[in-house]
Amino acid sequence: MFQTLLRKRDFYAGGLMVLLGLGVTLNATTYTTGTLMHMGPGMFPFILGIVLTFVGILIFGTALATPLGEDEHILPRNKEWRGWGCILAGPVLFIILGEFFGMVAGTFACVFVSALGDREATLKSSFWLAAGVTFFGVLIFSYVLQLPFPMFRWGR
Amino acid sequence: MISTALTDLWYGFGVALEPHNLMWCFIGVLVGNMVGVLPGMGPLATISILLPLTFGIKPVGAILMLSGVFYGAQYGGAICSILLNLPCHPPHAVTCLDGFPLTKQGRGGAALGITVISSFVGASWGITEMIFLSPVLVQVALKFGPAEICSLMLLGLLAGSTLARGSPLKGVAMTIVGLLLGIVGSDIETGTPRFTFGIPNLFDGIEIVALALGLFGIAEFMKSVNQLSEVDTKYSHVKFKDLRPSREEIRRAWPAMLRGTLIGSLCALIPGTGPTIASFVSYATEKKISKTPELFGTGMIEGVACPEASTHSSVQGDFIPTMSLGIPGDAVMALILGALMIQGIVPGPQLISEHPDIFWGLVASFWIGNIILVILNVPMIGLWVKLLTIPYRYLYPSALFFVCIGVYSTNNDMFQVGETIFVGLIGYLLLLLDFHPAPILLGFVLGPRFEENFRRAMLISRGDALVFIKHPISAVFVGLCVVLIVAQIYVRLRKPKALITELQLNADPNAVAPVEP
Repeated sequence: MFQTLLRKRDFYAGGLMVLLGLGVTLNATTYTTGTLMHMGPGMFPFILGIVLTFVGILIFGTALATPLGEDEHILPRNKEWRGWGCILAGPVLFIILGEFFGMVAGTFACVFVSALGDREATLKSSFWLAAGVTFFGVLIFSYVLQLPFPMFRWGR
Repeated sequence: MISTALTDLWYGFGVALEPHNLMWCFIGVLVGNMVGVLPGMGPLATISILLPLTFGIKPVGAILMLSGVFYGAQYGGAICSILLNLPCHPPHAVTCLDGFPLTKQGRGGAALGITVISSFVGASWGITEMIFLSPVLVQVALKFGPAEICSLMLLGLLAGSTLARGSPLKGVAMTIVGLLLGIVGSDIETGTPRFTFGIPNLFDGIEIVALALGLFGIAEFMKSVNQLSEVDTKYSHVKFKDLRPSREEIRRAWPAMLRGTLIGSLCALIPGTGPTIASFVSYATEKKISKTPELFGTGMIEGVACPEASTHSSVQGDFIPTMSLGIPGDAVMALILGALMIQGIVPGPQLISEHPDIFWGLVASFWIGNIILVILNVPMIGLWVKLLTIPYRYLYPSALFFVCIGVYSTNNDMFQVGETIFVGLIGYLLLLLDFHPAPILLGFVLGPRFEENFRRAMLISRGDALVFIKHPISAVFVGLCVVLIVAQIYVRLRKPKALITELQLNADPNAVAPVEP
């Protein structure tokens, strides 16, 4: 019984919402709640937190009530760790390199790394894609739109 | 009343035909049509990317452009569905059922031609509806006090989260998460920072662009990477002259088009039932009243005309509650409302009288935009078909760059980019748990106004929580909320088979239908 429950997606979905709801409710009590007439900043989140907990319990309940579905795996069948990693790494590199070395470096790294996330991508194809996007990106954002983001810089 | 509406409309055409506004409208529909065709890019992500770029231009131009992206994408989405059997955009998922068989029979061009005609008919009806209905709604809405606004918002939120795709319960959960995200930042009345975790960058609240791009940009890319198969374009050679449908096809499509238009406009009036539901309902209706229902799915031109007309009539109708009441029906409308608020315009019933240029300019631009779209789609169909072949592996890295630079340019602050990555990761986890992130945006945009009106209503009623059912108009809205919830529970418990299959279709419109060999 408990074993099947652990395999259900709604078990985790409901659990997450209950946790979030409880967290919000507890956090809301640290602000002034006030009275119903003069509500403080804590009242609205407090109510929402309780409602969210309740909804979470209901989702949890549907996990108990329904039979095990066919596809209850939370992660998709093909795990795209490389794809996911690259997509997240791209913007992270954009922040780091953009902050210290300017727009060109940030853009190039962002596109290059995230393009590598595709299975068919090669270093060469990603390089040319990144070069192209960097060229047009700089053209549009630096020259046409005059975004205050230096193309090159060294340190902060 | 008709004469005032016509004068206002005349004024609107004046606004929309100003060179600047015309240009933004053109750019909007062009970009919209483009992303509509591209598999794996949606109007939501595109509008969010373009949103920061509109900060510098005047409100009218900004709204015309962003709306243009939305309805332009509907034209493009149909091309993708009919020629490739790829339901890139949920509303066009049903169009695949009959559109692709037509393509295989070599009538894809005619199907596209019919689509363009039905889209224009549907859209025109939706716009007419907006012209005459919005002022009436405004007249009623101007009498609303905080209690009424509050219950109306509750109804809108509830409808938006339970009638959309996926489990209603999870939709409600996502709406609440959205409302909570809207709370982050300084409290309006006391200035107390709430849920900021001591980070000064969060004192102004979460940036709507960062939230939208995290949920509909990064999370979507993570979901689609390596999942989209190479598109098969062997049927999709359509030339300009193929677009003309035969007389027989027009004769059969015409009544279906009108029925679809009607269904779409009715669906638009119910908050939360956007174009997707409209197209499913109209396809089902068309199949039911047809003399040959068994032929549906084998290439019936009615099965293309009806859902397309209803999609477009509902897309335009969606703007009615958004512009006249300030209550968005879905995530796209929430974004457009967010764009208005960034420009410093308070959405609500006073919008039409305070900013007639925006409202009537928008209405007029719909017509201009739809005409531009017809012109863009008919002679340039070859170009759009070429666009279909751009592989996703080139698309998403470029889009990621636009996401990063777009978020950065909102405040010239790298913190927002980090926020987007974080939201994207959480958004993907929610997607994996079968939560649909669209209601988050709905809750996020309405959240602050909902709280403000809630507090005000309670203050006026001197702390009496029953005020929401003591005021008659408010009581009607609360009653409708209860009816909605009870109906949902009833439907769940009875579980008629047809509904379940329809829900499954709804729940998974992104699943790429296998391309037939």
